[in-house]
Amino acid sequence: MAEAAIELIGINKSFGAVRANRDINLEIAPGTIHGIIGENGAGKSTLMSILYGFYQADSGEIRVGGKPITIKTPNDAIAVGIGMVHQHFMLVENFTVLENVILGAESEALLKKSIVKARSELQRLEREYGLEVDPDAVIEELPVGLQQRVEILKALYRGAEILILDEPTGVLTPPEADHLFRILKQLKEQGKTIVLITHKLREIMAITDTVSVMRQGTMVATRETAKTTVGELAELMVGRRVLLRVEKGEAKPGAIKLSVKNLTVRDSRGVTMVNDVSFDIRGGEIVGIAGVAGNGQSELIEAISGIRRAVSGSVMLDGKPIDVIGIADPGELRDRGLAHVPEDRHHVGLVLAFEENENSILGYHDDPKYLNGPLLNIDAIRNDARDKIEKYDIRPGDCRLKTANFSGGNQQKIVLAREMEQDPGVLIVGQPTRGVDVGAIEFIHKRLIAMRDQGKAVLLVSVELDEIRSLSDRILVMFDGRVVGERGSDATEGELGLLMAGVERKEAAE
Amino acid sequence: MSTPYTKLPGWADYGLIPIINLIVAFIVAGLVVLLVGENPLHAAAVLVDGAFGSGQNIAYTLFYATNFIFTGLAVAVAFHCGLFNIGGEGQAYIGGLGVALVCLALDGFMPWWLIFPLAILGSAALGALWALIPAYLQAKRGSHIVITTIMFNFIAASVMVYLLVDVLKPAGSMAPQTRDFLPSAQLPKMGWLLEMFGLSVRSAPLNISFLLALVMAFLVWVLIWRTKLGYEIRTMGFSPKAARYAGISETRIIIITMMISGALAGMMALNPIMGDQHRVQLDFVTGAGFVGIAVALMGRSHPAGIVPAAILFGVLYQGGAELAFEMPAISRDMIVIIQGLVILFAGALEHMFRPAIQTLFASISPRSVGVTAAKGEGV
Repeated sequence: MAEAAIELIGINKSFGAVRANRDINLEIAPGTIHGIIGENGAGKSTLMSILYGFYQADSGEIRVGGKPITIKTPNDAIAVGIGMVHQHFMLVENFTVLENVILGAESEALLKKSIVKARSELQRLEREYGLEVDPDAVIEELPVGLQQRVEILKALYRGAEILILDEPTGVLTPPEADHLFRILKQLKEQGKTIVLITHKLREIMAITDTVSVMRQGTMVATRETAKTTVGELAELMVGRRVLLRVEKGEAKPGAIKLSVKNLTVRDSRGVTMVNDVSFDIRGGEIVGIAGVAGNGQSELIEAISGIRRAVSGSVMLDGKPIDVIGIADPGELRDRGLAHVPEDRHHVGLVLAFEENENSILGYHDDPKYLNGPLLNIDAIRNDARDKIEKYDIRPGDCRLKTANFSGGNQQKIVLAREMEQDPGVLIVGQPTRGVDVGAIEFIHKRLIAMRDQGKAVLLVSVELDEIRSLSDRILVMFDGRVVGERGSDATEGELGLLMAGVERKEAAE
Repeated sequence: MSTPYTKLPGWADYGLIPIINLIVAFIVAGLVVLLVGENPLHAAAVLVDGAFGSGQNIAYTLFYATNFIFTGLAVAVAFHCGLFNIGGEGQAYIGGLGVALVCLALDGFMPWWLIFPLAILGSAALGALWALIPAYLQAKRGSHIVITTIMFNFIAASVMVYLLVDVLKPAGSMAPQTRDFLPSAQLPKMGWLLEMFGLSVRSAPLNISFLLALVMAFLVWVLIWRTKLGYEIRTMGFSPKAARYAGISETRIIIITMMISGALAGMMALNPIMGDQHRVQLDFVTGAGFVGIAVALMGRSHPAGIVPAAILFGVLYQGGAELAFEMPAISRDMIVIIQGLVILFAGALEHMFRPAIQTLFASISPRSVGVTAAKGEGV
C-alpha cells in the first residue's frame, strides 16, 4: 500500500481539565474518502482543527505523505496540501466568487493581474472537477450549495491534495447533498484524498471507503465501510461506556404539569428548528429528550422558558397557558414555578464576572427575601449563597469568589442550586453535565432523581445518551426538529442511536 | 469589583497599571515639551505648583475636578450597562438650561438652600430627558447609542445657542448669555474648607457642588453594587443573554440607565453656573463631557477610582493653565496635547501594558494570578 496521505500518531489535546483528544492514532490512505464519525463533543472538530493548524496538539506527531511536519497555522496546512471546508463558510458575502477564491492568495501587488491569472485557473478547476460556478457572481446571491462549492474551489485553488469537510451537509438540502457527494467522488477519482466529518450515518455508508469512529476524545474503531453496518457504527458511536446507573425507584407520575402542543420554532435565519412538537410531562417523572445537538432541542427549551419566540403552538404550565408566541417573561415563569437550567451556563445561566453569591440570585433577584426595598440585602444573599454552597458541596466554598474561577462542575452546581432551591414545580435542564467532572455528574444526577421523587416534572435535554437513559422515565428522540420516536427507559442504545441519526425515518421514506 | 479581568491582584489592577500608564503619558508629554525647547522637569514643577502651590490653586483644581466627577460618573453608569454614552457634553449643556430656568424663576423669592435642591432636580431632569431620546432609539430601534449621543451633542449646542441668543438674553444686552442670578441663587463657596488648613483661597470658585459630587459618587456606588437596579444593570452589561434569561427587560434597563447617566451629566452644570459664573454662557461645559470618558476609563468605572481620576484631570486643567501662563513657549494647545496623551494612555491604551505585567506576575507568583484558584479543589 502507498504511503498514507495523513498519519496522526499519539495526538493529545486538552482544554483545561477536558481532554478533547487522547492518544489519537489515525491513518488515511491516499485517494480515498475517509469518514470520521462521532457524537458532538467527541473530539472530531478538535482533531481536524489540529490538522489544519487552528490548535496545536499537546503531544503527538503529524505525518503528511510519510514526512513528519509541524502545522502551526492554516498556512502551514495549505503549504503541505491540506484544504478545509468549514461547516460555517468563511466567505466574504459581498465579494464575487473570483474575489473570494483569490482572497489571501493574491499573487501580485495589484489585483488586476491576479484576477486575470485566477480566472483561467478557476475555469480549469471548474471544468476538471465539474464544479461550475459563475466566477463573477456575488456570494450572497448564491444558494448555499453553490457557496459550498466556492469553498471547495478555494481549497483546490490553493493546491489542496487533501480536503477536509466538516459537517458539509448540515446546511444542504438532500438534492444538494447528493450533488456534493458526486463531486466528492469525482475528486477522489482525480486522486484527491477526502476526509469527511459527520454525525450522519447515512452519509458515511453512502460515500466513504473507510470510517473511523470517535467517542469522548478517543478513536474507538476504524472499519472498512463495506464491511460494517449502520447498527455497528451506531453502537460504536454511542458507546457501551459503563456509567453507574443511578439508583432510582419506579416513577409515580401524577398530574400533567407541562403540556406542549404543536410547537414550532424558527431560528434567527428563519430556518425551522422545532417542527410541530407535542408532548406532556407529568409530576414525578423525568422526560428525556435525546438527539444529536442541533436538531432543535435547544430551541425547544428556549421557547418553553421564554427566551425565544415560537412561531405557532401552545404550552400549558399547570393548566394555564404560557405566551410562547408573544414571548413570555422568564421572571414571570419563575414565579409560576418553572425553573430552567440553561445549556449554556457561561453566557446564559451565569454571569462569569459576578461573585458567586451574585449568581446565586440571578433571575430570582426580585424575591423580597433578597431585598430591602430597592436595596439588595447583601447579608441575606451571602448567607443564602453559603447555605447552597454547603448543601450542594460547591468548591471552593467562598461565596465572594468570582464565578469564572470555579470549575465547570462547580459552576453547574451553582446554577442547579439556584434553580432547585426555589422548589419549582417544573424543572427544565439542558446539558446538565456538559464539561462537568465525573464526581459532580453523579451528584447532579442524584439531585435530579430527588426532584422527581418529590413530585416535580423534569424535562431533561442532553446529547449524552447514557445520561438520558439512566435518568429518564420516558425518552423522546428529536431529529431535524421533530420528535421522531418515544421510548421507555429500557430502550437500547442502538435503537436510540438509529433514531437520533434519523435512520429509521430515512429508510421508511425511501 | 466586577471587572471582567480576573488575572491580577486588586492593587495591581487598580493601582499599578493606572500609575504606569500615567508615567508613560508624562514621559511622552515630556518629550513634546523638549521638542518646543523647554525643560520638561521645570515644566512639571510649574504644573504641580500651579495645581497645588496655593490655597487658591488647590481650590481651582477641585473646582474643575467637580465637573469631571459628575461627567465621569455619568459615563461610568452607562458603561456598567455596556453602553457608551459620549453625549455627556450635550446632556450637561441642556442640564444647564434646567439650572437656568429654576434660578431665573426663583432667585427673587427663595434662599439658596431652597433653590439648590430644585436646581439639582432641574438639571438632572433635563439631562435625563436629553439622554432619553438616544436611549429610546437604542432600546427600541437599535440605533447605535454612540452615534445618537454624539449627534445630540451638536443638537444641544445649537439649541442652547438659539435659546441664549433669542430667548434667554435680556433685552438690550450684547452678550449671548442670561442675566446674572441674584445672590440668592448663588451657591456658597467652600473656601472655609481650605482655610481650616490655613490656606487662602481668595476668589477661587470652589463651591458646595463639590460636596454634591462626592455624595453622588457614593450614591452611584450604592446604585451599582447595592441595589436591585444596579444588579440588573450589571447583568445586562456583562451578558445580555443572561439578562434575558433572568427576566430583565433590556428596553427598560437601557432607558433607565441612560436617564441616570444623563441626569448625572446634567448636574455638572450646577458647578459652573450656580457656583461660579452665576449666569448661563455659551459653551460653559468646555469639554467636561468628553473628559468624563477618560475619567471613567481611568477610574475603571468605580466611584473610588473616578474621584481621584477627576482630581488628576483637575490638576491638568488648573496646572496646565498656570503652565501656559508661566512658560510662553508652551501654549494653551500644548496643554491640550498633554491632556490628550493622558487620555490616550490611561483611556484608549489602558490595556497596553497589561499582558506584560500579567506575565511578570505569573513568573513571580503564580498564585497571585489565580492559577490555583481555578482548580476549584483543595482550597
